[in-house]
Amino acid sequence: MKQETAIRLILLGLAMSAVGALAVITTFIMKEGLPVIFRHGLGSFLFGTEWQPNAEPARFGVFAMIVGSAAVTGGALVIGVPVGLGSAIFLSEFAPRRVVTFFKPAIELLAGIPSVVFGFMGMLVLLPFIREHIGGRGASVLAGSIILGIMILPTVIAISVDALRAVPRSYREGSFALGATGWQTTWRVTLPAARAGIVAAVILGMGRAIGETMAVIMVTGNSVQIPRSPLDAVRTLTSNIALEMSYADGEHREALFATGVVLFVIIMCLNTLANAIARVGKRD
Amino acid sequence: MLEARNVRLWYGDFNALKGVSMKIQPRSITAIIGPSGCGKSTMLRCFNRMNDLVEGCRVEGEVLFEGRNIYDHYDLTELRKRVGMVFQRPNPFPLSVQENVGYGPRIHGLASGDGLRAAVKKALQATQLWNDVGDRLTAPALSLSAEQQQRLCISRLLAVAPDILLMDEPCSALDPMATQNIEELMLELKRDYTIVIVTHNMQQAARVSDFTGFMLLGELVEFGETQTIFTAPTDKRTEEYITGRYG
Ligand SMILES: Nc1ncnc2c1ncn2[C@@H]1O[C@H](COP(=O)(O)OP(=O)(O)OP(=O)(O)O)[C@@H](O)[C@H]1O
Ligand SMILES: [Mg+2]
Repeated sequence: MKQETAIRLILLGLAMSAVGALAVITTFIMKEGLPVIFRHGLGSFLFGTEWQPNAEPARFGVFAMIVGSAAVTGGALVIGVPVGLGSAIFLSEFAPRRVVTFFKPAIELLAGIPSVVFGFMGMLVLLPFIREHIGGRGASVLAGSIILGIMILPTVIAISVDALRAVPRSYREGSFALGATGWQTTWRVTLPAARAGIVAAVILGMGRAIGETMAVIMVTGNSVQIPRSPLDAVRTLTSNIALEMSYADGEHREALFATGVVLFVIIMCLNTLANAIARVGKRD
Repeated sequence: MLEARNVRLWYGDFNALKGVSMKIQPRSITAIIGPSGCGKSTMLRCFNRMNDLVEGCRVEGEVLFEGRNIYDHYDLTELRKRVGMVFQRPNPFPLSVQENVGYGPRIHGLASGDGLRAAVKKALQATQLWNDVGDRLTAPALSLSAEQQQRLCISRLLAVAPDILLMDEPCSALDPMATQNIEELMLELKRDYTIVIVTHNMQQAARVSDFTGFMLLGELVEFGETQTIFTAPTDKRTEEYITGRYG
């Protein structure tokens, strides 16, 4: 009995350590980041377009970075969602089992490739290609979108496949029994039934894209500017932190934490949204 | 109009039907009875080739529909449009009442706009569901009662104007009152449709059907007019089963 209690306490402690880490990180980021935001004003921090940590007085406006993150993330969704959802539909509805057993591990492997490798491939292959065949300098919103679009595939595919698999067989049978084709059944019955899970997949893919750093730094050029075309270079919120953290001090350093606060809030909102939608889907 | 000739079926290595032949008469109700696992559902699903969806399923023999073998280069869409199926558990799509009933006409391009609305109404009236749900066509189908859901599934079929209705234990998920209502509906539908029903419930078979087939271990033991089967079966096993002495 005593032993039982002890084991339970140990397990509780282990479980708490994850929550504890989250708590520590949250407090730390907020404590380091919030003061500088309030000192300069929330409005001028979020919507200021100038980022000049070394000017006198220093100017910390992250708007260009917010736009940058939004642009590459949006682009990643435009590329990743159709491809990912298409693959998920193929795997769950049409592929013979033999094909699935080949595809699934391959997609999991894609998730395991370190992001620096994606960035490296992007620099070696994608940037020259864009430069020569499409225009601009190569490093751009477009390049970031393509690389991130590929990187979110495993997330989008895995969660969409789960959502599609969770649709009861009886719906599909009912549709087939009315003479519907496989595609009509998928499009009009299975996909609407899996809607909530698929939206959750898209949102989680979005979270993954916003949070990605290394690969993005390597292919987007990192200039602090509001992009006017997909071929312009941009800097994302994550890149901003990673690029300057090593030499920043004082208020500059605080401003980088403040950038982290913005990211943190965005990602928290996305996760909450994904959970809420998944819950609504279950209730239906 | 529908005839199975020496149908044999395998799920992988398992021989589920061992040469079944039966002739379904138009504008009648044919019941298939037999103990659990004897192949009733499997036989029923041969009539609209739903077994094609099962991986590793193999069928030999012939099923003639209007004289043509449906297993020989027959358009599946056309077949299932004309030979519809109602399942054991009501399985409306998680869509509105209207979208459920309109599903068939829409995918087959039979009607749209006003024509579709009229078709939906007619199909709901045919199952006497119109009075209950006519004023809430946009309500989710899953919010209806079990009996209403089963009626909805039947309406959904009728909307594509089939000739034959296959029903696999359509009342087993319903209470006695709802069962009686659905049985009355079947008798009503018999005037316009040919019905084949699988049932565990021998009273039900006796009450509604004109012909009855008794199956055992993948074989059709006896087939004939319901009255004969229930009062003077020729096979000893049939007699044992209907008098409740079987297994
Ligand atoms: N998809 C399948 N794969 C393998 N075997 C199957 C499959 N479906 C049915 N069987 C087997 O085929 C036999 C006949 O099944 P079937 O569902 O036709 O029986 P049934 O008479 O309808 O039974 P019940 O009254 O329980 O519905 C059973 O032994 C069953 O285990
Ligand atoms: Mg059955």
